[in-house]
Amino acid sequence: MSTSARYWREIPQRYRLEAAKCRKCGKVHFPPRVICNTCRGREFEKVVLPDAGRLLTHTVIRIGPSAFSNETPYAMGIAELDGGVRLTAQIADVEFDELTVGMPVRIEFRKLREEGEAGILCYGYKFVPAR
Amino acid sequence: MRDVAVIGVGMQKWGELWEKSLRDIFTESALLAIDDAGVDHIDAMYVGCMTSGLFVGQEHLGSVMADYLGVAPIPSVRVESACASGGVAFRQAFIDVASGVHDIVLAGGVEKMNDIDGGGATHALSTAADAEYEVYHGVTFPGLYAMMAVDHMHKYGTTRDQLSHVAVKNHRNGSRNPLAQYPYELTLEQVAGSLLVADPITILDCSPITDGAAAAILCPLDMAKRLSKRPPVKVLASAHATDTIALHSRPDISWLSAVEKAGEKAYKAAGLGPKDISFVEVHDCFTIAEICAIEALGFFERGKGGRGAESGETAVGGRIPVNPSGGLKSKGHPVGATGVAQVLEVVKQLRGECGGRQVKGATIGMTQNMGGVAGSCAVHILGSV
Repeated sequence: MSTSARYWREIPQRYRLEAAKCRKCGKVHFPPRVICNTCRGREFEKVVLPDAGRLLTHTVIRIGPSAFSNETPYAMGIAELDGGVRLTAQIADVEFDELTVGMPVRIEFRKLREEGEAGILCYGYKFVPAR
Repeated sequence: MRDVAVIGVGMQKWGELWEKSLRDIFTESALLAIDDAGVDHIDAMYVGCMTSGLFVGQEHLGSVMADYLGVAPIPSVRVESACASGGVAFRQAFIDVASGVHDIVLAGGVEKMNDIDGGGATHALSTAADAEYEVYHGVTFPGLYAMMAVDHMHKYGTTRDQLSHVAVKNHRNGSRNPLAQYPYELTLEQVAGSLLVADPITILDCSPITDGAAAAILCPLDMAKRLSKRPPVKVLASAHATDTIALHSRPDISWLSAVEKAGEKAYKAAGLGPKDISFVEVHDCFTIAEICAIEALGFFERGKGGRGAESGETAVGGRIPVNPSGGLKSKGHPVGATGVAQVLEVVKQLRGECGGRQVKGATIGMTQNMGGVAGSCAVHILGSV
């Protein structure tokens, strides 16, 4: 369970897909890093990830964590966005037998989960099929 | 650097050990190892454990275990590297002895996973993945390995049947290991037809939730004969490597780079190659993990690991026996103990004590123990003296 401070801290990535582009080698890091793991550069500029990409792999989580008991089963995948950044997210609005490697997806802003007794609503990105 | 030997090992049957506590199971295995070596004291101790804080609410295991083993005030510390905690604890003990800091060192591993419910265990294990960018979105460990399996199947044509063959082979080996949690055989149909956990991973592709411990006693090779009547087994190489925490950060989703790097370092240190290894204990937390591990260690070409169990090459009696102990699949996977139990199997195999699962003529054994989706990996090579 996260504290509200932690949730707030992660909003730039979860809500707005803010990434960090290394000024030295140009590699885009999502999430942002303090030091580039490719060229060890330490200066970055803020960039926003594109919202289109393709699925590299996928699965359907049928036995899920208790935090997602209301959503189970749900599809998940790793997508490579245009420009090369890869990330993991749920795949919404998809029939499980539609899932294929290479499938075009785009990112949408969705509710992800509720946290804690007070039920903080947590939002973030999910993939949806790009039809 | 001094040459290092293992002179004693200990482990009790793994399973759902309701009547025993975390400290009980560690202490019993540690005593078996001390008795096996025949030593009258130890100088230091390393305790591999992934997350006793989440499983049973106990941290500070260095003190707990030294106290209950009756060896305080010797230096004792808990080592954490997720599911590689045991392998890394063994490596810390090796470095301790090799460097000359201590002479007789105990490397142990332990996990008590059944004292919380399934949801709690899933949560505890998930802390080995990226909390902010994987687990937050609902991924589980079966889910991560399932995505590796889908990638491997897509790129190389690996089949559902080949995954099942890994489970069938490891359970056949485990059925001959009296300490295994699930010492019974499975059929291909049972594995493929069991409950789907994360497509295409079924419950019988997964290693189980296990309570268990294991321990080993290390000392300088030149002191081994004086200290112990047991035939010493020499540690020929100890290697460790890391990789990105998130699976999605890797250029190749089903290639275990940390396993490859640790394997390369170990081969170089020992002056050996894959062809010199008599058998290997790999980290088959899921069936696909064994397939990826035997590729990364150089026993099979990239993409061809799926043929290993299917063709019989990885069976006991095959070209390169993999997991003669039954592996994590059949023997069980108390996460912090697994890496030490792999060493124990190698030592027992090299002493010729493995009965129906004995690899005949074995002189050199390897262990591969990884944390998370191989964000960390320890590889050891041990040989008869």
